[in-house]
Amino acid sequence: MTETPLQFHSPKTITPAWGDAPTSRAPGWVYTNEALYQREMEQLFYKGHWCYVGLECEIPRAGDYKRTQIGERSVVMVRERGRPGQPDTIHVLENRCAHRGVAFVRERSGNTRSFVCPYHQWTYKLNGDLVGLTFRNGVEQVQTDGSKIKQGGMGEDFQLCDHGLTKLKVARRGGVVFASFDHDVESFEDYLGPDVLMYFDRVFHKPLKVLGINRQRIPANWKLMQENIKDPYHPGLLHTWFVTFGLWRADQKSQMVMDAQHRHACMVSRKNDGSAGAVTQGVTSFKENMALQDDRVLDVVPEAWWQTAGSTEPAPTVVMMTIFPSLIIQQQVNSLSTRHIQPVEPGVFDFVWTHFGFEDDSEDMTRRRLRQANLFGPAGYVSADDGEVIEFVQQAYAANQQARTVSEMDGREVKNTDHNVTETLIRGMYRYWREKMAV
Amino acid sequence: MDFQIFHRILSLQQRYAQILDSNDISGWPELFTEQCAYKLQSRENFDAGHALCILNLESRAMLRDRVYGVVNTIFHDPYSQRHICGAPIVTLREDGGYDAESSYVVIRTQRDNMPHIVSVGRYLDRIVSHQGLLLFQQRSAIFDNDLLPNSVIKPI
Repeated sequence: MTETPLQFHSPKTITPAWGDAPTSRAPGWVYTNEALYQREMEQLFYKGHWCYVGLECEIPRAGDYKRTQIGERSVVMVRERGRPGQPDTIHVLENRCAHRGVAFVRERSGNTRSFVCPYHQWTYKLNGDLVGLTFRNGVEQVQTDGSKIKQGGMGEDFQLCDHGLTKLKVARRGGVVFASFDHDVESFEDYLGPDVLMYFDRVFHKPLKVLGINRQRIPANWKLMQENIKDPYHPGLLHTWFVTFGLWRADQKSQMVMDAQHRHACMVSRKNDGSAGAVTQGVTSFKENMALQDDRVLDVVPEAWWQTAGSTEPAPTVVMMTIFPSLIIQQQVNSLSTRHIQPVEPGVFDFVWTHFGFEDDSEDMTRRRLRQANLFGPAGYVSADDGEVIEFVQQAYAANQQARTVSEMDGREVKNTDHNVTETLIRGMYRYWREKMAV
Repeated sequence: MDFQIFHRILSLQQRYAQILDSNDISGWPELFTEQCAYKLQSRENFDAGHALCILNLESRAMLRDRVYGVVNTIFHDPYSQRHICGAPIVTLREDGGYDAESSYVVIRTQRDNMPHIVSVGRYLDRIVSHQGLLLFQQRSAIFDNDLLPNSVIKPI
């Protein structure tokens, strides 16, 4: 009789194989598998990639800091005053004391001269260097005979310089801060590639002003949010507001643009008048007679920077960018935001929206951006739909992990297109993901 | 504070909760003046002095548009909601209106889920008398739970 070997791993922790199916047919376990998720953190969030941290204008003064997350790890972005005549430096440090691991920064933001861990009072400079710790040289005790002895203290070989906070590599461009745990990562500019960088610079071309932050916890895998903003097929169908008011629909002049490795993408389009036509036939979300009683939320005013340099096309009214793996950048008419993806576990991520305008915006423009924010965010006329629908996707694939997607609108190819009736960007992302993840 | 007035303010606030917890929220805008403000804003933004809200409506007409959105356009999981509202602290304003502050908890119950808290915070109200009726000129719901459980569809 043969004994059955003990199983130390539940099936959830073993990575199954993709098999012969094309990349357009993702299996449900890509959204649920714990071991795969851990590998994603290592391979995508902590190695070889740039992740979003924040906007420079969130920490305007020396000593200002903001706590945020890269993957599951807590990090702090902090501004240090430059030497006389030199610009300030922005550091990004892991929020983990080198001694016993306490994530000592608890407030979301603040101002400080140094970081002191409350547990044993290890103290760090704003650049992450350890400057001192209590009882490093031990505690002197006087004996009954009057002699002194030293008790405790760190060993002879203990060096402050060996025990700073983990310092991340930092990239700043156009007032946006990215960081990487991987100091060998390529330059941020090479990481985006020229085509995506052009759209990045289009938005971040002058000083920014934060309008506020909204946060939601979405019970879905983090990739589903990337896929949602790489899917130009759904907006004119799921979102009544988009199809009815012409903000996004299938008959618009659009471009789908990826970097050479297909990990980042830009969905570029131009609004139209939203009248009935071939693309509204049979679209149940289209409401021809819907009219707003107060249409100030759609009071769109074109801005000079919308036009891309050297282009003869009409200026885009919407550019939705996905910067793999952690960021979405939104321009929807006058509404601008960064949306930060912070994974919590395989089936959950936090989605943090930072709405912004420009420092030189008029009061009218600021009010307009705030009004249009009613469309985008946790309660937005458009974006609330997305949070709901990807939750349902997660539920279905958690229940049936062998079931597969069919992301084959516009075929199985991965290529840039000049229309929006396509799922090519999702296929592009999975081609890249399979290569990096060896799945 | 005159108890009659206090009682009328309390009744307005309870009526508000009753409408939003019912199956027909179309009466919600009618508790506001025509020129009004309704804000649903995180405590994080409120405390930081940031203007961003998750809902920022500037007229009774905009509130009616939200009702239309909830009923007809925003795709969402069906759910019931329940407001538990504390008694207000009321102060008389020099212009004859009233400021009121009160705590609330709103519990959401989806079809296949246990109830959970969708919003917990406080209301900051400006209430005025209009043709003998008390109405909200401003109502801000400032929620403590900056991190929201996915989407918020119905007004709080």
